[in-house]
Amino acid sequence: MNAILEIAGLNRRFGGLQAIDRCEFSVRKGSITGLIGPNGAGKSTLFNIVSGFLKPDSGEVRFEGRRIDGMAPHAVARLGLRRTFQIPRELKRMSVLENLMLVPEGQFGDRILSVVLPDARVREEERANAAAAREVLQMVGLETKADAPAALLSGGQKKLLELARCLMSRPRLMLLDEPTAGVNPTLIRDLMDVMRQVHASGITLLIIEHNMNVVMELCERIVVLDRGHVIAAGTPSEIQENRQVLDAYLGGADA
Amino acid sequence: MVAYLVAILIFAMIYGFVALGLNIQWGLTGLINLGQVAFFAIGAYAFALATHAGMPLLAALVLATLVSGAFGGAVALFTPRLREDYLAIVTLGFSEFIRLIFLNEKWLAGGPDGIAAIPRPPTIPGLDTETSFLVVSAALVGLAFWFSQRLARFPIGRTLRAIREDETVVASVGKPTLAYKSQAFILGAALAGIGGAFFASYLTYISPDMFGPNVSIYVLAAVLLGTQGSSLGTLAGTAVVAALLEGTRLLKDYITIVDGVQLAALRLMALGLALMVIVVIRYRTTRSP
Amino acid sequence: MSAQEVLGAGGLIAGYGEMQILHGVGVRLSAGEIVTVIGPNGSGKSTLLKTLVGLIRPSAGRILLSGQEITATSTRDRLRAGLGYVPQVRNVFATMTVEENLRMGLFALPGAVRERQEAVREILPTLNDYWSARAGKLSGGQQQIVALGRALMASPKVLLLDEPSAGLSPKATDEVFRHIRAISDRQGAAVLLVEQNAHKALAISDRCYVLAEGRNRLDGDAASIAGNPEVGRIYLGAGDGSQKA
Repeated sequence: MNAILEIAGLNRRFGGLQAIDRCEFSVRKGSITGLIGPNGAGKSTLFNIVSGFLKPDSGEVRFEGRRIDGMAPHAVARLGLRRTFQIPRELKRMSVLENLMLVPEGQFGDRILSVVLPDARVREEERANAAAAREVLQMVGLETKADAPAALLSGGQKKLLELARCLMSRPRLMLLDEPTAGVNPTLIRDLMDVMRQVHASGITLLIIEHNMNVVMELCERIVVLDRGHVIAAGTPSEIQENRQVLDAYLGGADA
Repeated sequence: MVAYLVAILIFAMIYGFVALGLNIQWGLTGLINLGQVAFFAIGAYAFALATHAGMPLLAALVLATLVSGAFGGAVALFTPRLREDYLAIVTLGFSEFIRLIFLNEKWLAGGPDGIAAIPRPPTIPGLDTETSFLVVSAALVGLAFWFSQRLARFPIGRTLRAIREDETVVASVGKPTLAYKSQAFILGAALAGIGGAFFASYLTYISPDMFGPNVSIYVLAAVLLGTQGSSLGTLAGTAVVAALLEGTRLLKDYITIVDGVQLAALRLMALGLALMVIVVIRYRTTRSP
Repeated sequence: MSAQEVLGAGGLIAGYGEMQILHGVGVRLSAGEIVTVIGPNGSGKSTLLKTLVGLIRPSAGRILLSGQEITATSTRDRLRAGLGYVPQVRNVFATMTVEENLRMGLFALPGAVRERQEAVREILPTLNDYWSARAGKLSGGQQQIVALGRALMASPKVLLLDEPSAGLSPKATDEVFRHIRAISDRQGAAVLLVEQNAHKALAISDRCYVLAEGRNRLDGDAASIAGNPEVGRIYLGAGDGSQKA
């Protein structure tokens, strides 16, 4: 299997709670993989570790074969692994377009030195970045909102902006944290279309999602987490038939 | 009367540097700094000591800028992740620490006696010394203003504003937030240092008691009066604060029912009242959608 | 309905702002019974409880408490009328002792504090073990029992519990559920329980409602729901067309 992300022997504790417990799985390059599990299973913690916002106590995370566990978030992002946030973190006082123009790497105008030099180069760069940003907005259907302050977007549009910001950098792997949570059914359809388009453009997706219909329809493979441990992995129909998965959702027959 | 107006304007210019610096740190990037006076003091002392050591004025000004910027870098380095809560305490503590150093280390900067005979820049032909000083400081404030404006409008300014809004997002798009925050903090400290150099040169005499925490608060008030993040607003805010602090001195010639000490207290009250009125008005206008 | 019915709600449509969560949900509760509401994430379980207690106003539907319509009344009035509510998180006053926490339970309805405290200690004798401790120092399970005790102070006819097992260890969950059963047995209050932990909740319940996407999907006695394969399809996605997102 050609894995883009490999997680091995991962552990992370919060006080008395083993949030991630010997977690192990991989994500195939070019796939849409779902990460599901009951509340408190450790899905978001896992995302935070993979994207560098948390350090694991032990274990490995490899992206394209390279160890990334313990790296700073910005360094992980620069490798081509980007994430969205479950609760949209739009930069409220900036326009939708500015939210995206923040993203491109290595901007000359992003250095203090550029401020005291002639601005032709920065102007040229900004024009190109704005064009790229508008293209991404077109793709997610927010092109008419380009100049609106991000604070004025609706809940669903903020979800789209999360996706757009992630897309803006053309990453190779995107971690989407509940992309359809709190979104009305019509917009869920739109979001799913966008995710399919993103996937078709060659980006691998790992998605945390509670809406099972979305997961089962979109993902080719599903990994199930319960109390920080992978209890099952397989195709949607395999997961749906798996008694252990259902027990995890219904509170387990542990005691 | 005109001479007095010129003096107020010169003070406005001097504090303008310091406030523009704080505006980069706090207004633009969201880094709270309750001890901006420390970098102001370091700039003043560095300038005074350098000129006494025989350095040309311009070189001494550059040195003062660099030294205060370097101290800004040190504070940034020793404040864990430049987090807001730490930064508030560290900057406040640092400013008192610096003042106490200048007060107690006689060998370094004369202790409580301070440093006298600090040179002023040569007078521009055809102008009196005060007006000449005003022109020179205004020219440099203009330069600092131009720099601040461009900084805010450039992509770098966009990144700093984004950090002010949500640092996590900026990290998630691949930008080293700590490096950006440190740079903004150093720039702000360096600008305060320039202000300090002009302050030392204008008064030709400095002593530790001029660098108490109230200076940090005045500058904070100036930035607060201007719209957060706006350079023009910051300069306007500085002018208001300078006018309130210095301008009310004139009143003592006209008001005889209160003595000098009471008047000093009244001036601070006037500043506080003006601040409250302006903040309340702005809060009302920005709150309505 | 039956003379036994203490709480009845039907056709509830409610949500947060632009987001409608409940699309016509109904529940009924008879005196002394424990009824569990389960359903996948986002099915509207917590929203249902908040609507019943008056924290959210439904845009349609009715709520009856002991035959009296309370749909338009305030939360305060509902609590006075005999509704008890234990929210999911931060449900004790951490810096107060257990004794003081219980005292707060009568705040809205002045009455004989001592007398009620004695009665509650009889129903939940484990409270005696940490009666003078600060609630914030207790374990998660103990805090949950304190929260139950506080709700009991006002002698509610109906107790609404929002995921009492959230964040608890399996052992603590068993302990809390055992006490919930005791409340129903000794005080005679009807309990409406919203739970993730379906298996364990069903084990102490009389009846169960299964919600999905803001609608009633299944209901029946607890044992029949526990054995119903349809529940699995509701949780893990049936792919039965009608439930497409």
